[in-house]
Amino acid sequence: MSILKKLFTAVRGGAREAGEAIVDANGIRIFEQEIADAKNALQKAKRNLTEVMAKEMQTTRKISALNDSISEHEGYAGQALEKGNEALALEIAEKIGDFEREKAEHEEVLGGFSQHIVALKQQIKEAEKSIKENQRQLSMVKTTESVQQATMAVNSTLNTNSSAMTSARASLERIKQRQQDRQDQLGAAKALESETNGDGLKAKMAEAGIGGTDTNSADILARIKAKKGN
Amino acid sequence: MELNELSIKLATFETEGVGFESFMIANPGEQDVLQVIVDGNDELPIFVTQTQEQLLCISYLFSEEEVKADLKDELNDTLLRLNVPIPLSAFAKVDNRYAIFGALSVSSSFDDITHELVTLADNAIEALEAITPYLND
Repeated sequence: MSILKKLFTAVRGGAREAGEAIVDANGIRIFEQEIADAKNALQKAKRNLTEVMAKEMQTTRKISALNDSISEHEGYAGQALEKGNEALALEIAEKIGDFEREKAEHEEVLGGFSQHIVALKQQIKEAEKSIKENQRQLSMVKTTESVQQATMAVNSTLNTNSSAMTSARASLERIKQRQQDRQDQLGAAKALESETNGDGLKAKMAEAGIGGTDTNSADILARIKAKKGN
Repeated sequence: MELNELSIKLATFETEGVGFESFMIANPGEQDVLQVIVDGNDELPIFVTQTQEQLLCISYLFSEEEVKADLKDELNDTLLRLNVPIPLSAFAKVDNRYAIFGALSVSSSFDDITHELVTLADNAIEALEAITPYLND
């Protein structure tokens, strides 16, 4: 059964007792061991793969060298025949036969290597997939466990706290009250600031037409005109 | 980031116009939990827990018993629908309590974490406000 399915069953309807483990500690250890084993196997498979790939390359090189020798000796045999030396041509032909036998052997080995590589690559892919899958599932189990433990810790804090789980409504009201208080404080601070700066008094005096009135451009223009008139 | 380290950094930090208070919950030998209070909202603390892969930030909203029985299905349905549009946070249920939470990668930066905390705190208050009609008077 997949872990998520297990978790689903376990949490459905809150049937589970608080603190009851979904997968026991031993189960988790086994799971972790499985992941570690899979990682080791993966490491080994990768090392094998590089070895086999190196051997495949070597064999391919040997085959191409043999191909070169064969065509070279075929040329020699032709030359011997041209010179009418049948015996030498036959000897060369035997040599070519040796090369071809050797080549056939190498080709068989090469086929084995290629198959091995395909198999190893498949193995590696599967190991990687299974490691990832196991890690994801383990992480789900561990997260559930952590949240559970955290919840117990939170519960004991909340219970010892005087501000224990009061109703959400009350909490919200207190928060909103505090926000309002802060707003009011901010407003009061602003009022106080303008008062101490004398802004408030000035504003009142201006309203009453007392004190330094604002000179506006019309006044200035009138003053200039008056000067000119003098 | 270790929770201890996070707590120390939060103490002297201020972002998006808010400050943080935080302390570790005594839970010897068990899962570490950091209680974070954003902007003085003691009523809706955020509990931060670290697991191998993620940093979980959970704020508990209300208990199952507070929900008006005849509106419970509707509430559950609404919360599921809100999960996608609500920024960074999702609704959840832990034991018999409804919660709002955010999950971060353990490799998240300090800025990512504080942004998450501030957003979660705002979301928690807004969610509670929106859900109030579903709760018992």
